[in-house]
Amino acid sequence: MLLRIHDLHAEIDGKPILRGIDLEVGAGEVHAVMGPNGSGKSTLAQLLAGREVYTVTRGEVTFDGKNLLEMPADLRAREGLFLSFQYPIELPGIANSYFLKAAVNAVRRHRGLSELDAVDFLIAARAKMKLVGLREDFLHRSVNEGFSGGEKKRNEIFQMAMLEPRLAILDETDSGLDVDALRTVAEGVNSLRSPDRAIVVITHYQRLLDYIVPDKTHVLAGGRIVRSGGPDLAREVEERGYGWITGTADSGESVPVAAA
Amino acid sequence: MSTGTQAKDLVGDGEYKWGFVTDIESDVAPAGLTEDIIRFISAKKNEPEFMLEWRLKAFRAWSKMAAEAGEPDWAHINFNPIDYQAISYYAAPKKKDGPKSLDEVDPELLATFEKLGIPLAERAILAGVAVDAVFDSVSVATTFKEKLAEVGVIFCSFSDAVQNHPELVRKYLGSVVPVADNFFAALNSAVFTDGSFCYIPPGVRCPMELSTYFRINTANTGQFERTLIVADEGAYVSYLEGCTAPRRDENQLHAAVVELVAHEKAQIKYSTVQNWYPGDKEGRGGIYNFVTKRGKCAGAHSKISWTQVETGSSITWKYPSVILQGDDSVGEFYSVAVTNNRQQADTGTKMLHLGKNTSSTIVSKGISAGHGQNSYRGLVYVAPGAEGARNYSQCDSLLIGDQCGAHTFPYIDVRNPTSQVEHEASTSRIGEDQIFYCRQRGLTQEDAVSLIVNGFCKQVFRELPMEFAVEAQKLLSVTLEGAVG
Ligand SMILES: Nc1ncnc2c1ncn2[C@@H]1O[C@H](COP(=O)(O)OP(=O)(O)OP(=O)(O)O)[C@@H](O)[C@H]1O
Ligand SMILES: [Mg+2]
Repeated sequence: MLLRIHDLHAEIDGKPILRGIDLEVGAGEVHAVMGPNGSGKSTLAQLLAGREVYTVTRGEVTFDGKNLLEMPADLRAREGLFLSFQYPIELPGIANSYFLKAAVNAVRRHRGLSELDAVDFLIAARAKMKLVGLREDFLHRSVNEGFSGGEKKRNEIFQMAMLEPRLAILDETDSGLDVDALRTVAEGVNSLRSPDRAIVVITHYQRLLDYIVPDKTHVLAGGRIVRSGGPDLAREVEERGYGWITGTADSGESVPVAAA
Repeated sequence: MSTGTQAKDLVGDGEYKWGFVTDIESDVAPAGLTEDIIRFISAKKNEPEFMLEWRLKAFRAWSKMAAEAGEPDWAHINFNPIDYQAISYYAAPKKKDGPKSLDEVDPELLATFEKLGIPLAERAILAGVAVDAVFDSVSVATTFKEKLAEVGVIFCSFSDAVQNHPELVRKYLGSVVPVADNFFAALNSAVFTDGSFCYIPPGVRCPMELSTYFRINTANTGQFERTLIVADEGAYVSYLEGCTAPRRDENQLHAAVVELVAHEKAQIKYSTVQNWYPGDKEGRGGIYNFVTKRGKCAGAHSKISWTQVETGSSITWKYPSVILQGDDSVGEFYSVAVTNNRQQADTGTKMLHLGKNTSSTIVSKGISAGHGQNSYRGLVYVAPGAEGARNYSQCDSLLIGDQCGAHTFPYIDVRNPTSQVEHEASTSRIGEDQIFYCRQRGLTQEDAVSLIVNGFCKQVFRELPMEFAVEAQKLLSVTLEGAVG
């Protein structure tokens, strides 16, 4: 199992947000996570990525067998965990290319690979930008500064393509994208699907999952995974909302998540 | 209260700091500042009469200021009183207090030299290695001087200039910063013992970037150095000061004066990377850097450009300025000032528009971390006759943490309605979210901070000669180490 989350509880400023998450994601799998606003999806994503504002009060998380919670955020990234931010951060004055080259080489060093020089980096970057439909001049602009909402999301996926993570968590990468952009980005994500890479897609909408068909779907509510199923669960949510699940969490037709 | 002790802490033990030649006792002046001391200094240096007169004039001006008001108190800085009578103002430089061989020289410094392409033999001289310990007496620096002499550039120590080019010194010394300009400039004028002198003749483009390193006798130039650079008509020179050598001396008052004169169509580019000892985390020790720097665009179409990266010193008080006297002259000021821990900086510029169609650009980037206090203080003055003058000012502050302070004091005094003055200012804080974003992409906390800071300073760094930009970036990272997290 690439990612194994067991009984994870976390709070912020004494306020419990995650209240017993169990989730396992194997290499090669794509999981979708859905759930009402404020249910804890981004919290889970950011916590897994190593954001320090959350306090874990119970449970454990392993990443490729290693204790993830012990690793600092930058080490998690170098170990191959990537988070596409729901709200990508702007870094004024720092060229996208400069930032990404530094990141790529930090990861490559960690993996014992040689660093990319400017030329190799540019060649790789051009190819990946095409993949997500970003013009080359975005390389020279400051990271996310003045990017439109959709451009920011494409930039996230561009970074993911360059960093070649083992586990990618995409937090609402589809929101803010127009129909064509959605398809482009989804194709970009699909092209990164591989037997040794896992992807967790957080989304509110079925339309993304029409393109990126998940192996499993989970519904998060009130800080717990209240239902897990196949691709159909997402469609059901889209049609019926969350009330039927959150109200009848223990008696639905979908298969409850298997305990670790 | 024993101000004497404080002064000693402040300026260091004269004997230790300056070193002196032990065999002639009178090579060290007794502590204190009197007319006799000034005469002593001037005599020791074998100066012509006009220099003594000039020094005495400065001394009288300074004494008056000291008696009436003391140090200027308008800057946003705090420091203990300085007992100027407890300082020894003259000690002949010691000849062999440097490292004995290259092995003893800071490898960082050597690496810088290497980047600059300085031949190995020359590096030793520049690093202050006692020359006769390593080399025979043929000085490589002489070759360097010869190369400059071929095109007529004079570049020497101030003492040499007084001896060999008294007419130039007499003409230009104090022509930009008069003896009574301010407290510290007056003090410097009275007691300075050495510094740099540079003259570029008409139409000459100086064939290399001049640096204080390239000047022999650079070691022990001291707390009161004086720099005078004159670019005659159509001349060009780029001058680098301080380089990036970690001269982490302790407890000193540093009151230097720099004067620049640019004649018609001449250009002077003056770059500083200042990394004096900033004191420790609690604010003990460190340099009081009270410096007067001013350039005069004397001729039409002349240009003076100041670029400074100030990372060191316990207190920085400096306002590199330009008097835009010639029509169509251009003044520029690009500055990065960093304060961490207990450091204080009150720095900025004055752009004085006197000539027609003069223009100036000010880009100031202040970074505060820890308990650092950082003030930008700038004056843009447009005289009644300065038709069509233009100024653009941009002052940005970056805060790291919540214990530090950033302050902006822009003074604008415009007396000509046809002029255009623009001022922009911003304050931002390095966000925890920005750091997290960088770390999520694999960068360490330190790399993330320096990435963000360098992005913030980019506009200024790109004005620096390449090698110095690289060094400046590194210095910044060192200065801000541990500032976040
Ligand atoms: N830094 C914080 N301080 C206080 N409360 C927080 C903080 N971060 C998250 N929360 C709270 O935790 C809960 C879960 O937030 P989270 O962002 O994880 O929801 P989400 O499932 O991603 O929602 P959405 O679908 O709207 O993105 C919310 O009630 C939110 O207000
Ligand atoms: Mg969210």
